[in-house]
Amino acid sequence: MRALPSRPAGPTYRVEFDRALKDAAIAGLIALGLFLPLIGLRTTQDIRNELTLETRWPLLFTMVGLVIAGSLINSFVITPWRAYRQEKPRTPSTAAAQFRHEFLRYFIPLAIGFVAVYPMLSLWLAGMQGSVKWVDNFGIQILIYVMLGLGLNIVVGLAGLLDLGYVAFYAVGAYSFALLAEHFGLSFFTLLPLAGILATFWGVLLGFPVLRLRGDYLAIVTLAFGEIIRLVLINWVPVTNGYAGISGIPRPTFFGIPFNASDEGFAATFGIPFHPVHRAIFLYYIILALVLLTALVTVRLRRLPIGRAWEALREDEIACRSLGINTTNTKLTAFAIGAMFGGFAGSFFAARQGFISPESFTFHESATIVAIVVLGGMGSQIGVAIAAVAMIGGTEILRELDFLKALFGNEFDPTQYRMLLFGLGMVMIMVWKPRGLIGTRQPSVVLAERKAISGTLVKEGRG
Amino acid sequence: MTATAQALLEVEHLTMRFGGLIAVGELTFTAYRSEITALIGPNGAGKTTVFNCITGFYKPTEGRIGLVHGSESLWDELDTLTAYGNRKLARADGTLFLLERMPDYLVAQDARVARTFQNIRLFSGMTVLENLLVAQHNPLMLASGYTLLGVLGLGGYARSERAAIDKARHWIERIGLADRADDPAGALPYGAQRRLEIARAMCTDPVLLCLDEPAAGLNPRESAELNALILSIRDESTTSVLLIEHDMSVVMEISDHVVVLDYGVKIADGPPEMVRNDQKVIAAYLGVADEEVAAAEAEVGL
Repeated sequence: MRALPSRPAGPTYRVEFDRALKDAAIAGLIALGLFLPLIGLRTTQDIRNELTLETRWPLLFTMVGLVIAGSLINSFVITPWRAYRQEKPRTPSTAAAQFRHEFLRYFIPLAIGFVAVYPMLSLWLAGMQGSVKWVDNFGIQILIYVMLGLGLNIVVGLAGLLDLGYVAFYAVGAYSFALLAEHFGLSFFTLLPLAGILATFWGVLLGFPVLRLRGDYLAIVTLAFGEIIRLVLINWVPVTNGYAGISGIPRPTFFGIPFNASDEGFAATFGIPFHPVHRAIFLYYIILALVLLTALVTVRLRRLPIGRAWEALREDEIACRSLGINTTNTKLTAFAIGAMFGGFAGSFFAARQGFISPESFTFHESATIVAIVVLGGMGSQIGVAIAAVAMIGGTEILRELDFLKALFGNEFDPTQYRMLLFGLGMVMIMVWKPRGLIGTRQPSVVLAERKAISGTLVKEGRG
Repeated sequence: MTATAQALLEVEHLTMRFGGLIAVGELTFTAYRSEITALIGPNGAGKTTVFNCITGFYKPTEGRIGLVHGSESLWDELDTLTAYGNRKLARADGTLFLLERMPDYLVAQDARVARTFQNIRLFSGMTVLENLLVAQHNPLMLASGYTLLGVLGLGGYARSERAAIDKARHWIERIGLADRADDPAGALPYGAQRRLEIARAMCTDPVLLCLDEPAAGLNPRESAELNALILSIRDESTTSVLLIEHDMSVVMEISDHVVVLDYGVKIADGPPEMVRNDQKVIAAYLGVADEEVAAAEAEVGL
């Protein structure tokens, strides 16, 4: 083989004008054919219940125009740009690498600082009335899912056991809190650890029969367990009140001072006008503390022998047994500790809502939590937190996109597109970042130099 | 085999059936303390099955596998323990184990039998150091108060972890991976992975180290390094070695005692020189045609 010729200085890629136009025309024709029945024609019922055909030419032609424009942009901009990139491989710029390094170093403290001042920030920016939404719907909701994600991350991400019924422990925590508070009048802070212990108990109970199962079989059985718990909650009416759920769950109090408009309430005690945002901010800090506790405990567990055994179990179970690790107990602790955090989150959820019913604990919740863990990068806590913000915050933000109605007409409801966007996001992540947002593994202990481990070497675990 | 050699492991009438197939039949042999015992035989002779029975991964269909820590006199109790139905007999001067009664992780944890695998089973996404720390799971678990004290940062876990890291560092240096301690095990070259697997098994402080074809796929230089490593394990620690190997140069050079299997049955047992000249062994390995035997004898160096 001859030596490679030296690369020419200028871009060698030439746009073929005719071909670009031809491509655009073909794309346009295909789009027209597809969209004509889908968008161009529409059937509506008139006042006499007869179907009438309605045509929507402007919308059809806008869509076809968009497709043609997209094809032209691809031919004239994206393809030449990619060819250029291929000719001139990007050299990693030292400044960018430096920035990346610095950014990663300060990311965690900055993020924790931000979530700590977030309610104040929203009070300042959105005012008292406006911040109820931002603190409650966004802040608290996202943090609950961060907590659930971190809990499931122990089971799925570290120990490599795919658990599709995690919502069961969330439900156990919520119902334990609600029932014990209703019947024994215990307070939130007494019941929080108790709900965690009960969820742990159920985690062990589930763990025992399924330990012999692996991979897909484990996933199916955990899925069934989640459904069993939900069906018991629906059908055991004397205890759980069935579909009607449990209402009037006591709210957490500020050292015994309730958040209400009464004379003994928080506002009256501190001599400030009553506002619901006080409770929202208080709840926000409770769940923030719980999330930080979960994260801290998980970080510590990873550095303890049990955490390393979980990861070793994910990598190779037979090798673990040959080293004298009791894999049964190791799996059980993963289930139990994961379930405990789910139980904490569940009891917080019940206390925040004041009302729970089986509707809150459907398979959809389990799927969302698994999606958060997978999207975040299995085993990575920062990844899980970012994924929870993106997924839960993303769906909440869809409610805020009312201005799109001006564009697409009054019937347009952005929240209806939630699942579509959700699926699209998942597909894109799996194409570009198949190991999740944080695809590398950080070693739990180092001798000389900390190096991230490429996701291609880390196994995903098969139960 | 010297006159003073003490039996460490006694396999008696070991039989393993898979359905109609007898993988190992009526195998009896002894491995001695501070010796390297080699288990050899053609492909499919049942060597790995014997390993799996010893390390508890298989439950043998029939037979007894005894192992003694400490005093020789415990062997006298073997029949009593067998009749009694317990897994082990602990006395002040040592412990007698019946390995076929123990689950795999207890064989490693209590009876201190460590093993490597024919197809390397490292924790590929964990660093070299982490691999060696996972091997020290049980003592570290105890030091962390079964996690409870460790989470709270109590109970001197940090000190135990430092000791464990020192031990790991010792082995990392011994297998020549000092500059790769923080690299994932899966990124190491093949020969280094083999050595790391041995080091990982040694970090469990075994009395018996079972190596399943440690020289498979190694080049002659790596193979020589491996021989040195196995010999140093025998000489510098209290660990005895049980070895499955195809590479005759390894077997003949380092083993003190060779057991030959063919079709699950023992055909020879003795020091390497004796086994090398055994007609049954030569036939099993090389077939029986005279000229083939002659050619193969020349290869082995007869």
